[in-house]
Amino acid sequence: MSMAEPAHLEVDGLTKRFGGLVAVKNMAFRVRAGEIFGLIGPNGSGKSTVMKLIMGIERPDAGSVRINGTEVAGWPSHKIARLGAGIVFQHSRPLHRQTVLENIKLALLPDKLTRLLADPQTDERARAIAARVGLSGVLDRRPATLPFADLRKIEIAKAIARNPQVLLIDEPFAGLTSAETAAFSDLICELRDDGRAVLLVDHNVKSVARLVNRVLAMYVGERIAEGTADEVMRNETVRRVYLGGNIETAARPESSFRDRTTPFLEVAELSVQYGKAQALQNVSIHVHAGEFVSVVGLNGAGKTTLFNAISGLLPYAGDIRREGASLRGHTAATIARNGVVQCSEGRNLFTDMTVRENLDLGGQHLTAAESAEQIAWLFELFPILRERQKQAAGTLSGGEQQMLTIARALMMKPKLLILDEPTLGLAPVILEQISKALERLRQTTAITVLLGEQNVTFALPHADRVYVLEHARIVWEGAPAAFAAEMGTGYL
Amino acid sequence: MQSASTTRILLIALAAVIAVSFLPLGVSGYILGLLTVAYYFGVFAMAWDLLFGFAGEVNFGPTFLVGTGAYTAGILDNLYQPPIWLCVAAGALAAVLGGVVLALPALRVRGPYFGLTTLVAVLMLQNFVVVDAHLTGGEIGLTIPDVITISDAVNYEIALWFMAVSGAILFALSRSPVGLILQASGQDAVQAGALGFNVTKHKLAAFIISAFFSGLAGALMAFYLSSASVGTFIDITVGVQIIIAAVIGGRRTILGAVLGAVFLIAMSELLRPLGDLSNFVVFAMALVVVLLFPGGFFGLLTRSKESG
Repeated sequence: MSMAEPAHLEVDGLTKRFGGLVAVKNMAFRVRAGEIFGLIGPNGSGKSTVMKLIMGIERPDAGSVRINGTEVAGWPSHKIARLGAGIVFQHSRPLHRQTVLENIKLALLPDKLTRLLADPQTDERARAIAARVGLSGVLDRRPATLPFADLRKIEIAKAIARNPQVLLIDEPFAGLTSAETAAFSDLICELRDDGRAVLLVDHNVKSVARLVNRVLAMYVGERIAEGTADEVMRNETVRRVYLGGNIETAARPESSFRDRTTPFLEVAELSVQYGKAQALQNVSIHVHAGEFVSVVGLNGAGKTTLFNAISGLLPYAGDIRREGASLRGHTAATIARNGVVQCSEGRNLFTDMTVRENLDLGGQHLTAAESAEQIAWLFELFPILRERQKQAAGTLSGGEQQMLTIARALMMKPKLLILDEPTLGLAPVILEQISKALERLRQTTAITVLLGEQNVTFALPHADRVYVLEHARIVWEGAPAAFAAEMGTGYL
Repeated sequence: MQSASTTRILLIALAAVIAVSFLPLGVSGYILGLLTVAYYFGVFAMAWDLLFGFAGEVNFGPTFLVGTGAYTAGILDNLYQPPIWLCVAAGALAAVLGGVVLALPALRVRGPYFGLTTLVAVLMLQNFVVVDAHLTGGEIGLTIPDVITISDAVNYEIALWFMAVSGAILFALSRSPVGLILQASGQDAVQAGALGFNVTKHKLAAFIISAFFSGLAGALMAFYLSSASVGTFIDITVGVQIIIAAVIGGRRTILGAVLGAVFLIAMSELLRPLGDLSNFVVFAMALVVVLLFPGGFFGLLTRSKESG
């Protein structure tokens, strides 16, 4: 390829803000024809936003996106698609009343209101595409009757039906078995060999290392490294973001907890299924009273599902016991009222209410005196919340919102506090503040904490014990100090 | 596979229409009158189903479109007495214009706000009709001097074949490539956009088509009744009945809406001896159908056929 020929996809100075949060900052990269480019970053790093900006699903605040030399920044999605970009979404939402063949045909239709009869060639082309992605055997089935991997194939088929020169694929292997992953990888390589520019978006280098020519690693909206997969895996900043460098841990030995025989919380052989996807498989964990346990796992590993099952929000197989008594049959409200309180990933603050009102709401069941005492203690734990008392929760920064979420949960005087990804989308300096608050919480109270994180830096320092959840299973359990040596490489 | 069943359903529907076209030979004028209204109602409901079932937009104001068509035709006839077909065409056109004016801003807002916008439009139209009484007849209603015909049988056949043609067009449209794109846009606008479809364009087109048939049917029904009033064409209750007809008939089926409309009108007639209670019973039955058979009558019919 000559130097003058433009790369298929060129991104320069791309920036996107959501309110006060800079989700993508000054991003720049090129993806050439016949190349697979990996865009990786932990949850909340902005990588999906980059993809949406390229596809026109979100409008960039600044910067340039060129497809074959044409500037498309700010264009509506359908125009960018027609220019030659295609996207494979992570979640498949096919038309359920139509067959697989009809779903593929949909993608072959022109954007015209006058087209009342399908082109006779459409059928033939749809069948050819189906054969290519391996759907020939199920053309007349409805999507609801198909296994998960086939649903992903429908998404790929739809994306390539438009013969895009730039193909964006969001988390290509999420939810697939290793055999399916191999088949999917082959398909992606074929698409590259057609001369397309392929952008893969994923959480870590490892999952895409075999495929990519180059990788760009992102963290809180910014580029932290770029190069070959090996180079990026060796990069110091990447290692620090993913593994936390040299973490000081302060684990207490398991034998130091009094409830050794019957732990405060016991999850036994827990399995959860979402339709066809196995979200959790025979997961067993336990948490002692007063213990701080971290469950580490990448996005989609099943952390949120585990916590929602404990909180009584999901049907499950297996058993969950609190102090020896099964929680099965208890409603989510009863479980929470009895002291198992979850701070969910989405934060769920009442954004139009003030900070103080959010806290008061959390303390509804306390007497006025207890409530005042609890609030005074929380203001010591999170001094910033005292200053922000009269401000609407929605106007707080992401970090402040997270502190408020934790504080509101603490107003309920929980016996077990479940924190689901409190670091989601937060800048490192904010993480430190929250980390310090958790440390004080651990030192000054007898609270039991179950923390779910993909950010290892944040999950390890306070933990007494760590579980690693991967593809719906617990694959490792141990002391935080042993994590980097035994599990580290899987997290790059 | 799809096209085969489309043809089959259309053939069965045509056979049914031909069969009921012989009803004037053996049925009283009173019943013919009821069915005439039911058929127009069926068109309202089919037009609504195109928007809700396919484009995924809940239009709480079908009567805004119907009422605009009926009143435009009626007022025009009152003022200038042009040929009736011109009044009817003007009614359909006015409904389309009103629909575009409403849909352009309404399609920008998401979720429940679209529905809310359409609901407010009905209230505004109702207010306009009541306030501008010298033009619209106000609360008493508008008397329309001309009629298409005074023969019950001919009126019945006009309504029947108008419904049949509208139904065939709307049904074919829903099963065409455009219908597929519309369904994709309604189900997942982001994905439809990423596949290169201009979602707003397709939804606007659906709204225009829905408005056209609603307005046309409204205008024809106004000439049949020789009057137009808020209670028959605009009131929120009428809109709710249209929605119920479409839903119990079978969402996303277009033709089911006709079954729903005939059911609603037949039931309120059969239950008339119950007095004020009749409406309650009809609504309760509709509720049972919606809760227990979300596929509606049409869903029940096609399912039993598939298994049999």
